[in-house]
Amino acid sequence: MNDPVDVLIIGAGASGAAVAWSLADTKMHILCLEQGGWMNPATYPSTGRDWEARAFGDFSPSPNIRARPEDYPINDDNSPIKVVNFNGVGGGTIMYTAHFPRLHPSDFRVRSLDDVGEDWPIDYDTLVPFFEENDRMMGVSGLAGDPGVPPRHPPMPPLPLGRSGAMLAKAMNRLGWHWWPSDTTVATVDYEGRARCINLGHCTPGCAQGAKASTDITYWPAAQRAGVELRTHCRVREITTDEHGMAAGVVYYDADGNEQFQAAHVVVLACNGVGTPRLLLNSASARFPNGLANSSGLVGKNLMFHPYAQVYGYVDEATDSNRAPPTCLWSKEFYETDPSRGFVRGYTFQFGRGVGPVVEAVASEAKGLLPWGAGHHAAFRRLNGHRLGLSAICEDLPEEHNRVTLDPTLKDSDGIPAPRIDYRIGDNTARMMEHGIAHAKEILAAAGATDICVNSPILYGGWHLLGTARMGADPARSVVNEWGRSHDVKNLFIVDGSLFVTSGGVNPTSTIQALALYIADQMKQRLANLFD
Amino acid sequence: MSLDDTLTPAQRDNLRAIAGVIIPASAQFDVPGADEPAIQADIVATLGRDAGLVRQALDEFARLAGSPLASLNPERRDAVALELRAKGGAAVATLTRIVLQCYYRDDRVVRSLGLEPRPPYPKGHVLEEGDWTLLDPVRARPKLWRPA
Repeated sequence: MNDPVDVLIIGAGASGAAVAWSLADTKMHILCLEQGGWMNPATYPSTGRDWEARAFGDFSPSPNIRARPEDYPINDDNSPIKVVNFNGVGGGTIMYTAHFPRLHPSDFRVRSLDDVGEDWPIDYDTLVPFFEENDRMMGVSGLAGDPGVPPRHPPMPPLPLGRSGAMLAKAMNRLGWHWWPSDTTVATVDYEGRARCINLGHCTPGCAQGAKASTDITYWPAAQRAGVELRTHCRVREITTDEHGMAAGVVYYDADGNEQFQAAHVVVLACNGVGTPRLLLNSASARFPNGLANSSGLVGKNLMFHPYAQVYGYVDEATDSNRAPPTCLWSKEFYETDPSRGFVRGYTFQFGRGVGPVVEAVASEAKGLLPWGAGHHAAFRRLNGHRLGLSAICEDLPEEHNRVTLDPTLKDSDGIPAPRIDYRIGDNTARMMEHGIAHAKEILAAAGATDICVNSPILYGGWHLLGTARMGADPARSVVNEWGRSHDVKNLFIVDGSLFVTSGGVNPTSTIQALALYIADQMKQRLANLFD
Repeated sequence: MSLDDTLTPAQRDNLRAIAGVIIPASAQFDVPGADEPAIQADIVATLGRDAGLVRQALDEFARLAGSPLASLNPERRDAVALELRAKGGAAVATLTRIVLQCYYRDDRVVRSLGLEPRPPYPKGHVLEEGDWTLLDPVRARPKLWRPA
């Protein structure tokens, strides 16, 4: 029998780590259960000659392909975008590009401004101190002064422009369109024990140098020093409740597969926009027959992905290809609503630097650019190291038919029902993607690129898992209140991307972590009457 | 390597044949073909979880050929390979990807591309700083973001 804890956090990724660190100064007994283990950077792909090939196997972004023991399967057959994630200490921050924009102020008021979606119960200004705290903890590199976003002050200088960045910047200047060096969590100078970036160029599947921030090397060491307990290889099956309708604790499987019960006074969910609704739905009981915290019926609904429209081409000059972090520039030219475009809301352009030879060969062969036979070598030499590309990260609006449910037959290795995804791209978003493709082609043409290729949506592009347990003041239209507490279960909190009311058009990790810090701060301010 | 990863002698012959069609040797670029023994050994050694799909593609290749591949003249072999490529599907895509990923990590091939045959870590790469005056026209713009 495990001793009860004050706070039990489920999930050690982006948000779980942040909330654990913030709550640690309360000196409460805080325990985090994580289904994966600690990562060993010495085994990351960039340390071996098969560094590119492992993206098709044990370091695939898709849990269905990766199929590590820590992963759970996801039935995403009924979705044009497949879920990608990572399970382990650090969660999705192990396997992300480290592109680190924030939501914009307008993203919190889309109903008021554009008559779509819903307004958030909080605003941008509320999150500013937590954005700043998170930038310091994760270590953000970037450049102040961007007219495309509200003022912010990254603690480290930006990544170099490089050849690819300069080519794209010149193209954007020719068109008169906005661009700026991206905020990233790649350390450009030695920072808080992290070595600076040396351009391994293979950041996404874990940084062997430790220059890319992942929460296993940022928040977690600090949280553990402050007394937080982290128990790995523990997969939670369900949250149990007591006769008062409060969360009593969780049932989980330990590293040996033994069923355990962990009692807790407060339960915090940090399992991402798919894992959190999965767990809430799997916690159905006689007291909560439709799943826990689901009196609104919205648990699992309003799933938002950010469909990516990727466009790339080939220039005569050599690009940086795989010899630099993939993060490079962003553009906010088409972010805010302009009704003349035929859609509301907007998108960020995220520019890349290129890819390595194996990825280039596989992608080009699939696109028909790289022939079999005698012409292969000459064609490859024209393509390899010459790719220039960008993606439109398009705002997804909340639609209830886009949802996470429990699959009736598919289960994980512990017998827990797997999540099932039903998703389709909305009309507004589809028009936005077409706009993004057309304008990306203009940019590439201005850069002198030819052989233009389009991936829209990026098939394995379900990086951003949002909206499935959203926050709001109205219990009939939201799952948690404006500070992350379940409307139904007053000692149950959610701190991950499930909270998002709308998605914005940016990579969400910065905002997810700012929200987690904000909710932790609210909890600390209300400790005396947390359950009132 | 487990038994599940292995190929029959006939499948290995077919693998060699189709790999040589996908990427033939080139005297012009001084590179081996993907049918070269060391590259073939790498492919076979790293089939792993992809072995089933690769076997499926190789068997389909043999079925389309209708006779032992070694007995086909180069024109007929190339035609069958292109027919296989045109059929597409997960098995053919996996076979092609495995051939490409092993070929483009071979030391000789990597050097021929002007690259160093090494993993990215620990040496890394050098990234040019670039000309930050390119930002001047952007700095001069009024703010774009929408107050709320």
